[in-house]
Amino acid sequence: MRKITYREALREALREEMRRDPAVFLLGEDIGRYWGGAFKVTEGLAEEFGDERVRDTPISESAIIGVAVGAAITGMRPVAEIMFGDLTALAMDQIANQAAKLRYMFGGQAKVPLVIRTPFGGGVNIAAHHSQCLEAWFMHVPGLYVAVPSTPYDAKGLLKTAIRGNNPVIFCEHKLLYPIEGEVPEEEYTVPFGVADIKREGEDVTVVATLYMVHRALRAAEVLAKEKGISVEVVDPRTLTPLDKKAIINSVKKTGRLVVVSEDCKTAGVTAEIAAMVAEEAIDYLDAPIKRVAEPDTPIPFSPPLERRVIPDEKAIIRAVEEVV
Amino acid sequence: MTLTAVPPREKLVEMYGTMVKIRLFEEKVFELYAQNLVPGTIHLYTGQEAVAVGVCSALRRDDYITSTHRGHGHCIAKGADVKRVMAEILGKRTGYCKGKGGSMHIADFSVGMLGATAVVGAGIPIAAGAGLSIKLRKTDQVVACFFGDGASNQGTFHEGINMAAIWSLPVIFVCENNLYAMGTRQSMVMRVESVAERASAYGIPGVVADGNDVLAVYDATLKAAERARKGEGPTLIECKTYRHRGHSRVDPAKYRPKEEVEAWLARDPIKRFREKLLELNVLTEVEIQQIDREVAAEIEEAVQYAMESPYPAPEEALEDVYA
Ligand SMILES: Cc1ncc(C[n+]2csc(CCOP(=O)(O)OP(=O)(O)O)c2C)c(N)n1
Ligand SMILES: [Mg+2]
Repeated sequence: MRKITYREALREALREEMRRDPAVFLLGEDIGRYWGGAFKVTEGLAEEFGDERVRDTPISESAIIGVAVGAAITGMRPVAEIMFGDLTALAMDQIANQAAKLRYMFGGQAKVPLVIRTPFGGGVNIAAHHSQCLEAWFMHVPGLYVAVPSTPYDAKGLLKTAIRGNNPVIFCEHKLLYPIEGEVPEEEYTVPFGVADIKREGEDVTVVATLYMVHRALRAAEVLAKEKGISVEVVDPRTLTPLDKKAIINSVKKTGRLVVVSEDCKTAGVTAEIAAMVAEEAIDYLDAPIKRVAEPDTPIPFSPPLERRVIPDEKAIIRAVEEVV
Repeated sequence: MTLTAVPPREKLVEMYGTMVKIRLFEEKVFELYAQNLVPGTIHLYTGQEAVAVGVCSALRRDDYITSTHRGHGHCIAKGADVKRVMAEILGKRTGYCKGKGGSMHIADFSVGMLGATAVVGAGIPIAAGAGLSIKLRKTDQVVACFFGDGASNQGTFHEGINMAAIWSLPVIFVCENNLYAMGTRQSMVMRVESVAERASAYGIPGVVADGNDVLAVYDATLKAAERARKGEGPTLIECKTYRHRGHSRVDPAKYRPKEEVEAWLARDPIKRFREKLLELNVLTEVEIQQIDREVAAEIEEAVQYAMESPYPAPEEALEDVYA
């Protein structure tokens, strides 16, 4: 099968959906013909679809999302880009109080088909305002879906599902994933929400991970298999809301051991939710305490050794797995 | 005041009826509130009727509006059914939002009322977005966006109006300046005399209208709508008005000087419009009383409908989160 990058996969999804449905349009800062998006995801799209449908905006995050909400409830399918995930904070009212709640508050009258694409994650030394993973903020808001693609295949398939759906989606991308390559079929496909993917099968320990941490978990699993003979199953939920509880629990039933890995603060984060869910619904299948590998509760620091200290790496995952077997 | 066009008789009569409808509706809500029949809080529109009715009378049914915490009047003026508005305020299943929204979150998408938001200023970019949608869909609808003087100090005011301006979106920004945001006087939080002055920062027309003169508001809106439909972009209309009651249910509004209140009560928009209609020989005293009675009966009916309607079943709280 052909291989393309995560970035290209996203761009293909946008292009195909824009060709398919004239209601789909893009808006965001510097996404148009002059820059093509800070991470070049939308490069070339303005040339094909014009400046009206690939719309450069002022630096006004709150209005980017507000305008997208207004367009979504009146028949359009906006895909908004927020240049860095950290900057969703500036649009938080529009995301959490407006986009997420309009349908409910209005008794089902509104439909909010809105996708908010944004890159999260550290590893590129740009410090506290451009490096966080904030998926958990959005998991805490009923009415939002949260997609977390880790591969080019998932990125394309999930983005198509997000665009075609009728709910607001926080589409979490990761800076380190844009250049990675993976198999993506030429033919049309979508990836449904709420269906986890077993990225590696194993018998001894279940490792649940998302986004870039999937790749670190896979490398850790490789090392553990080779050096310790430990067989790790890597489960990638692919969407955090809705969460495929069944897939996670089924894997835990098989292995009896769970390590949850996420590139966000440990307190009240992604790992907390997944660990709590398993403790509540599947504790009888566990043969060891659940381990969480997450960031300490600090902002993301700048200097490379400092940043490396806080973002979970393969070694931390290996240690956690060894602790539960 | 020079009007572009005095509306036809039928329209004038309808405008009068709608203003009275809002007034009597709000007085009724106040009464029900006093009897402990309205859960939560209420922000009455009493005194500002000329704004909602002036604006909405200049719009078509397929045009959109966005609204605020003080939104009952906007809803009714855009054509929503008072029965279902009342039912929503009482938390009944027959309300527009099935009891999930209440007074501060009413919407009726069937008449282009895109909903009220209780976050001050949040509706401004949403209205701009509805305007963008109109532009992309290439229809000739317009959006009227209601917000208060207090909302004009929000970042969303700047971001939303700027975006509508640079893209020439068909949006009419209607600032209802009732001089206060809760207890905060405009002069405490703004160096400019009028919110309309701020329009110049976005390169769009800023118009001050007498918000207690329904025909002045109507006229300003017609001009703005025409401009918007021609693709010439947004207008900011500031309607100077006053709320007759406190900010919300519990507020006795002691912060307002007595003389100020009296001066504004003397400029009651309904009283003024009534006088105008008599002066123009559009309606006689008898006809006016007839309309007032009919409207009162309609409100009574709405109250009865709302009172007799069932509450939602508790389990309905779990519905409508996702489409
Ligand atoms: C963002 C936000 N801040 C504060 C409040 C609390 N609040 C509700 S109404 C209001 C005053 C609004 O004043 P204005 O915009 O002038 O509207 P008015 O009440 O006069 O109609 C405030 C501060 C809120 N709902 N939203
Ligand atoms: Mg005010």
